[in-house]
Amino acid sequence: MTDPSPEIDSHSGVETTGQEWDGIKELNNPLPRWWLFIFWASILVAVAYWILMPAWPALPGFQGNTTGILGQSDRVRVAADMSVLKAGRTALSARLTATDAASVLSDHELSQQVMALGDSAFGDNCATCHGAGGGGASGYPRLADDIWLWGGALQDIERTIRYGIRAEHADTRTSEMPAFGRDAFLTATQIDDLVQFVISASGRKADAGAVVRARPVFEQNCASCHGFDAHGDRSKGAPNLTDGEWLYGGDPGAIRRTIVGPRNGVMPAWGGRLDPATVRALAIYVHSLGGGE
Amino acid sequence: MAASVSGSQGPDSSTLMVGLVMIAVLILGISGAVNAADWAFGVHAGMFAAAAAIALAGLLFWHEQTDPPQRFDPKIYEEGIVKAGIAATMFWGVAGFLVGLVIALQLTWPNLFYFPDLGWTNFGRMRPLHTSAVVFAFGGNALIVTSFYVVQRTCRTRLAGGMWPWFVFWGYQLFIVVAGTGYLMGVTQSKEYAEPEWYADIWLTIVWVAYLCVFLATILRRKEKHIYVANWFYLAFIVTIALLHIVNNLSLPSSWAASKSFSAFSGVQSALIQWWYGHNAVGFFLTAGFLAIVYYFIPKRVERPVWSYRLSIVHFWSLIFIYIWAGPHHLHYTALPQWAQTLGMTFSIMLWMPSWGGMINGLMTLSGAWDKLRTDPVVRMLVVSVAFYGMATFEGPAMSVREVNALSHYTDWGIGHVHSGALGWVGFVSFGAMYCLTQWVWKRERLYSNALVEWHFWIATLGIVLYITSMWVSGIMEGLMWRAYNEYGFLEYSFIETVSAKHISYVIRALGGGLYLLGALIMIYNLVRTARGDVPADERRRKPSAPSLQPAK
Repeated sequence: MTDPSPEIDSHSGVETTGQEWDGIKELNNPLPRWWLFIFWASILVAVAYWILMPAWPALPGFQGNTTGILGQSDRVRVAADMSVLKAGRTALSARLTATDAASVLSDHELSQQVMALGDSAFGDNCATCHGAGGGGASGYPRLADDIWLWGGALQDIERTIRYGIRAEHADTRTSEMPAFGRDAFLTATQIDDLVQFVISASGRKADAGAVVRARPVFEQNCASCHGFDAHGDRSKGAPNLTDGEWLYGGDPGAIRRTIVGPRNGVMPAWGGRLDPATVRALAIYVHSLGGGE
Repeated sequence: MAASVSGSQGPDSSTLMVGLVMIAVLILGISGAVNAADWAFGVHAGMFAAAAAIALAGLLFWHEQTDPPQRFDPKIYEEGIVKAGIAATMFWGVAGFLVGLVIALQLTWPNLFYFPDLGWTNFGRMRPLHTSAVVFAFGGNALIVTSFYVVQRTCRTRLAGGMWPWFVFWGYQLFIVVAGTGYLMGVTQSKEYAEPEWYADIWLTIVWVAYLCVFLATILRRKEKHIYVANWFYLAFIVTIALLHIVNNLSLPSSWAASKSFSAFSGVQSALIQWWYGHNAVGFFLTAGFLAIVYYFIPKRVERPVWSYRLSIVHFWSLIFIYIWAGPHHLHYTALPQWAQTLGMTFSIMLWMPSWGGMINGLMTLSGAWDKLRTDPVVRMLVVSVAFYGMATFEGPAMSVREVNALSHYTDWGIGHVHSGALGWVGFVSFGAMYCLTQWVWKRERLYSNALVEWHFWIATLGIVLYITSMWVSGIMEGLMWRAYNEYGFLEYSFIETVSAKHISYVIRALGGGLYLLGALIMIYNLVRTARGDVPADERRRKPSAPSLQPAK
């Protein structure tokens, strides 16, 4: 252990501390002025902020914490903001739920607001599955066209949104396609023929023999929902098989998978989660996307 | 934990103690595997047992092969552990960067790496694998290896504890493997950066206390009067991490043979303790520890004195005093009481200059040797890391201001901020230290190729720039999109629109991460060639360096 023996660094002319570790020495430069100045300034900023805003807990003479001389409170501010927002929307909500959906559209100013509300609510709640703008995706119906599984009139759409499809709600839309393959209602050959039948029904080239063989099978098993002409039935949510539009894909493999084990997709009931005005605005918005009836 | 060599025949006391610990782990591991209440616990208990069995075999083999006088000779520095640490640092570094690249690609093209039947490939499992691999495996090994090297050199004594440093090294690797495989199997406490479950936490506590004892015992044995500044920082890092780790992981296992536990805290208290932990993991693991690297490797590499002893004292104490209070800034505008948010924010602002003290000392130490920035790419790497440190520690206090945080929180801006610190600061200073250490412990005159260090430097720097700029752009953009209202007072954008708007930024980010990984691979090649003592072909040709005569014209 050696005693410190300060020396002068030849480059800077500054004295070292005299210590050395593994060849490393230390200069004894003073603290940079600007550094010290900003450090003190940041402490002053902190102290000023403590005086202005809620800050220290458990100080003598204060209950709870110091509240700050500005009297700021996030809790109060959020409550105030929310009540302003609510007040601004009450009028719109009242008008929207009082009038029937159709007449909303005839009021230009009201319909503008409703579309803005619908667009915003759709983006937050519906777009995740149905796509931005209602473009749809495999398994999630496209809403921006005039093909509807459960009806495209305003009140149909509103009902679908409010109660959902196969959702946990007493008034939800129900109906399920049986698993013809998985539950062995039909043989593999019958299903293969049916695939050809469905392809033919949608106006594409199919195996003519299979189509002929499949017709009685279709009429016995499928027609009760999809109709003898395969045009579907909206009261049961049964798709039209002739329109070339497919929820889960229209190639032979996809059609086969649907007949073997259908998905029976679920849409949640939004009535408990969104207020009636928002549900109505959503219905009007979806109705306007392209194919409202 | 004395390292005294006992007798000439039997094993020394430290080897015996480590052996006893391993026997205990072996017994507990086997009984855990036999009684496991769930599959993952059984796998992990088996892993502990296997590791203990391998360690016991290794100890026996080592004991038979080494002559007693060669064991832990106090006159010789322990450098084998430094070599092992360099290898571990680089291995885990590349593993962590690779997983980071994979999850960056998953975020960019979600269908590309989507395997519904392979749960472990899910982003939710891979993300903690990435963060733990880079922070704790790469960063942690860099800290352990540099601290073991620096404390020996600056105390002029061999590492204390005999076999215990090796217990720390291998025990830490075991923790990493248990933690990482746990994430993939879905074992998690769901606490960010503290995901490993209770048994892994207990193991890390044992390893960490051993680490603290080895480090302290070495300092107590020092041949220098004073303790060098780098060792203050290492000690602050080791002590505080122990405290943070133990408190945040207090929990009750659902069974002593199950991989599930319940935290001792709940609600906002749990959140506050979690971010007290999380923020100080940044403060004491990723800042204090790596400042220790700066304080040794920069003056050593540039052969200049540390610029200001006084500044090192003032910024050390102000940094560690102020940092510990800044955690609540992670919980702005949440259920955390506003007064706690105020304190978190104001302490973060006061933290700005204490952080910059380290930057000033690191940069100004180059005065008198600035030319080395041009001639030594390793110095440039160390200096650029300090510059990134300065940038990140300015950005941090700025983001802690509530009004700024209202925009930046939950956005990619946070990701960009973390990575300017992680890639720029922690990564580069570790790379610089590993280049130095490889050259020094393998006793090479120089690195295999300075040109490859240049390539590494520029490729990685370009990667960092692409990464952080793309995250600033996407972060500020999504923050503004989230708060945009239309003229009727409804939200302008849906969440999914903000996600698709970020796609280009994500492509650029993944590119940046890929470049960073590429740089690290170049580095490993260079380090291996350096360790083997290879000399580049063009150097060999130039070797007979006697000045040639001017040819006659």
